[in-house]
Amino acid sequence: MPDWSDRIRQQLAGLNLAPAREAEIVEELAQHAEDRYRELVSGGATEAEARRIALDEMGGHELLAGELRAVERADAPEPVVLGAGSKARLLTGLGQDLRYGFRTLRKNPGFTAVAMLALALGIGANTAIFSVVNGVLLQPLAYPDADRLLMIFDSQSSVAYPDFLDWRRENRFFTDMGTFRSDDFNFTGAGQPEQVSGEYVSASLFPVLGVAPFLGRNFLPEEDRQGAACAVILSYGFWKGRFGADPNILGKALTLNAASCAVVGVLPADFRFSERAQVYVPIEQWNSAELRTRESHPGLRVIGRLKRGATIEAAQAELASICNGLARMYPKTNAGHGAKVVRMKDAIVGYIRPTLLLLVGAVGFVLIIACANVANLLLARSTARQREFAIRAALGADRKRVVRQLLTESVLLSLGGAMIGLLLARWGTSLVLAAAPGSLPRSGEIGIDPYVLLFTLAVSVVTGVLFGLAPAFHGANANPQEFLKEGAHGAGGGRHRVEGVFVALEVGLAVILLAGAGLMIESLWRLWQVDAGFNTRDILTTQVALSPKVMGSPPGIRLAYQQLLGRVAAIPGVQSAAITSVVPLSERNSEISFWPGTGPQPPQDQTKSAMFYVVTPDYPSVMQIPLRRGRFFTDRDDLASPLVVVIDDVLARHMFPGKDPVGRQISLMVFGPVQIVGVVGHVKHWGLDSDDTAKIRDQIYFPFIQVPDKFMSEAVAGLTLMLRTGPEPLSLVSAVRAQVAGPTQDQPIYAVRTMEQIISGSLAERRFTMLLLMIFAATALLLAAVGIYGVMSYAVTRRTHELGIRAALGASRGEIVGLVLRQGMRLAAVGMAGGLVAALALTRFLAGLLYGVHPADPATLAAVALLLGGIALLACYIPARRAAAVDAVVALRCE
Amino acid sequence: MLHIEDQSIDREWKKGSAELLILSLLEAVPRHGYEIGKLIEQRSQGALRFHAASLYPLLYRLEKRGWIQGRWVEKSGQRRRRYYRLTPQGRKVLASQRQGWQTFVQAINRIAGVANA
Repeated sequence: MPDWSDRIRQQLAGLNLAPAREAEIVEELAQHAEDRYRELVSGGATEAEARRIALDEMGGHELLAGELRAVERADAPEPVVLGAGSKARLLTGLGQDLRYGFRTLRKNPGFTAVAMLALALGIGANTAIFSVVNGVLLQPLAYPDADRLLMIFDSQSSVAYPDFLDWRRENRFFTDMGTFRSDDFNFTGAGQPEQVSGEYVSASLFPVLGVAPFLGRNFLPEEDRQGAACAVILSYGFWKGRFGADPNILGKALTLNAASCAVVGVLPADFRFSERAQVYVPIEQWNSAELRTRESHPGLRVIGRLKRGATIEAAQAELASICNGLARMYPKTNAGHGAKVVRMKDAIVGYIRPTLLLLVGAVGFVLIIACANVANLLLARSTARQREFAIRAALGADRKRVVRQLLTESVLLSLGGAMIGLLLARWGTSLVLAAAPGSLPRSGEIGIDPYVLLFTLAVSVVTGVLFGLAPAFHGANANPQEFLKEGAHGAGGGRHRVEGVFVALEVGLAVILLAGAGLMIESLWRLWQVDAGFNTRDILTTQVALSPKVMGSPPGIRLAYQQLLGRVAAIPGVQSAAITSVVPLSERNSEISFWPGTGPQPPQDQTKSAMFYVVTPDYPSVMQIPLRRGRFFTDRDDLASPLVVVIDDVLARHMFPGKDPVGRQISLMVFGPVQIVGVVGHVKHWGLDSDDTAKIRDQIYFPFIQVPDKFMSEAVAGLTLMLRTGPEPLSLVSAVRAQVAGPTQDQPIYAVRTMEQIISGSLAERRFTMLLLMIFAATALLLAAVGIYGVMSYAVTRRTHELGIRAALGASRGEIVGLVLRQGMRLAAVGMAGGLVAALALTRFLAGLLYGVHPADPATLAAVALLLGGIALLACYIPARRAAAVDAVVALRCE
Repeated sequence: MLHIEDQSIDREWKKGSAELLILSLLEAVPRHGYEIGKLIEQRSQGALRFHAASLYPLLYRLEKRGWIQGRWVEKSGQRRRRYYRLTPQGRKVLASQRQGWQTFVQAINRIAGVANA
C-alpha cells in the first residue's frame, strides 16, 4: 500500500503548522487518499493508476498548500525570528516546545497535579536541607575575611587568662587575639533587678572579628585594664528591646553587678557572635583572683586572626613552642599543656557536618524516589500518547526533536514542582527548626538566599531531565507502523520492565530511609531508658539572682541561701530543695584538680581531674542519687568543722580499688586536704550517650557552706536551685518565684527548666536528625506506596481482558487477587531485598549517631521490612480487588 | 474580461455554492470528509466534484467559523475518522443561505426565462 502520509507531509512543508495540527491534517488526508485508492482499485483500476489518480486529486503541491495556507495561516504560530542560522531555529523550536508543553500539562490537570506534588515533596525537602547546609556549612561566617579567623584551644582544658596574655604577646603569626567568656550579670538601677546574659571580652575581640559597633565605638585598650572605669557595649536586640532604641544611649550608665558601667557602643543588628549575650564588658572588669591564676581558672575561649600569608600550620607550630616555653616556666600548672588551632567555622559547625551530610544523602534518596514515581507516571502517559509520537515520527520529526519535546515537558513539570517545593521548604525549615531548637549552630543564618534559589533551579532542571529521560526515549522509539495500525494496543514489554525497575528502586530506597529512621528512633528510645544515675522526673531547676544587698558579704550569701531554701522547701508540692553549682547534662561543667593524700601539689601531669559540684545537703534527696557508703553532708559540715567531700563510685573504684574510701583523705587544688565522708552513685553528667566515653568521669561533691569566703562570690555565679516536686514541676513556678523573691522582693528567678527539658536539650541534635529522617522516611513510604499502587492499578487495567478470560475459565476471585498480589509483591520483594542489602552498607554512616543499637540491628531491619511489606501489600490489594471484580462477560466484550 | 473559460465558471459556481452543499449534507447526520465528497458527486450525478485539495481546506474554514465541528471517532474494526457535524450556529447559517440561494435562483429564472421545473 502506498505511503500517503509521506507525500502529504511533503506538500504541507513550509506551512509551519503546529505539530499536532499538522498531524491531524495529514492523518485525515491520508485516509481520504486511501479511501479513494481502494475505491478506484475495486472499480477496476490498476494499482499504479489508482495511486496516480488519488495523488492527483490531492491537487499537487501548490493547490493544497495554497488553500490550506489561506485557512490555517491565521492559526499557525508565527515563526519567531530571533536571528539567522541554526540558533534561531533552535530558539524557535524551544518556544514551540514550551508552548506545546504548557498546553499538554494543562490538558491533564490530574496528572500534572500528582506529578508536581511528588516533585514538590522531593525538591522541597532537598531545598530545605540545602538551605540548612548553605547557612550552616557553606556560607562563610559573617565576619570580614572569616577564613583567617581561628579558635585556639588549650590541649588539656579551657584557656587560662595569663596563658592567653602570653600567647597574644609572644606570637608573630596573628594580627591579634581576643578572648571571651559568657557570664550572667545582675542588672539593677532600671526598675526591677534582672539577670542579663553577657560576655566578658578582651578589648581586642571585636577588632579581631572585624566588627565595628553600629553606634559608638569599640572598647579602648585602657578600658580593658584592672581598675579602669567600667564600660559596656550593648547588643542590638538589648538596646532595642530594653532601651527602645534610644539614640542617646551612649554615655548613659548601667548598673551591672553593682558597678556603674558607661555605654560606649551598640553592636550591629546582624552581629551573631553569641545567640544570647545582651551586654559585653571588658574582661579586666572581672574582679576575680581566679582570672589571673593559671591554676584553678575560669575557662576562656580564644580567637585569633591569622596574618595574611601565614598558614595555620605555622601558627600551630609557633603556639606549640610558646606552650613549651610556658610549661618550662610554670611546670606546676602548664606541664603537658599545648595549644590546638582550629578554623573558627570548623570549631562552630564542624561537629554537625557529618549529620548534615547524612541528611543530604537521605534527602537525595527522597528526590530519587519522587523522580522514579513521576517517571512512571510519564511512562504510563507516554503509552497513551504513542499515537501522537508515531504520527510525529511519521511526519518526519526526528528522534532528537521528540526527546527534546518530552524533556521540555518534564522540565516544565519539575520547575512547577520546584516552585511549590520552595514554599514547602521555607515553611518546613522554620517548622523543623522550631521543633528542635538549639539543635543547630548558626541557625539564625538559615534561610532562602540566591544560592538556595540557584540550587533549587539546578536541582529541578536536572531532576526534570532525569525523570524525563526514560519516558522520552520510550516515546521517541515509537514505531509509526506499529502504532498507526488499527486497534494497536500500545507498547510491548519494555516499558513494563522499566516500570518494575522504578518501583523496585523506590521500595529499595524507602527501605534504606526507613532503616535509618528506625535506627534513630531505637537509639533515642534506648537513650531515654538509660539510667542517668538519678531520677530525672519531676525536678524543677532555676537560676536565682540574690539580692544585691547581700552579694557583698559571704556570710550574708550563705544565710540568704539557707533562708531561701527554707522558704522554697515549705511550698506545698515541693518535696526537697537544694542548690548546686553545676546541673548534670546541662552543658555546663566545672573541673578540679586533685591528688591522693595530704601532701603538696605534685606537678600538673601527676594530678587528676574530677567534675566538681558545690551542693547543699539535700542534693542527693532532690536528685535521688543513691548513697553507696558513708554519709552525705549535713548542716554540721560548716566552716568550723574539717573540710569534707563525697565522691562518686567511679572515682572510688579508680582511686581506691577494693578498699573503702570513707575516712581517707585527698587534696583539692585551692582548697587543700579534705576528708572523704561518703560515696554516691555516678551521675551521667556529660550526656546519656557520651558519658561512658568522656575523658573526665570522676565526681567530687563539696558542701556549699564550706566554700571559703574568698571564693564565695565566684561560687555564687552559677548556682542553680533544684527542687524535687510532687506535682508537675512547671505548675509550681509562680509559687517558687514568689518565695525566692523574698521579703525585699529583689531576687528574680530565670532560666527555669525541668530536668526532662534539659535532657531533651542534650539530645537535641539527635532528635533533629531523627525528626528529619522520620519525615523523609514517611515521604518515601508514601511515594513508594503511590508508586506501587499506580503501577499495579495500571497493570490490572491492562490485563482486564486476560483476567476476564481467567474468570471465564473458572478462576476464583481469590485466585485472581492472589495473581495480582503476587505480581506486585514480587516487585516489592525485589526492592526490599536490594534495599536491605544497601541499608546494611549505608547505615554504618549513622553509627556515630546511634546509641545502644548496631547499625545492622536485625530487629529494626525486620520491622522495616514488615512495615514496608504491609504497605506494599495494601497498595497491591486495592487494584487486586478491582481485578477480582472484573466481570468475564464485560471484560471480553471490551475487545 | 470577455472570454471566460468553462473551467473558471465551474470553479466560481462551485465556490459560491460549496458551503451550502456541505452544510446541507451535514444537516441530518455527521459525516466524514470522504463521504461528503462522495455524496456531492453522487447526488449531482457527477456534475459537481470536489477533490481533496479543495474539499478539506473548505471543511477547515467552516470549522473555524464555528459552523461545523469535527471530531475523531473510532469505530471497531476501522481506523479512526474525523466526523463533521453541524453546530447550532451552522444550522442558522444553513437556513439563511438556503433562503438567499432560493431568492437568487428565482431572480435568475425570472431574468433568464428558464421555465420552472
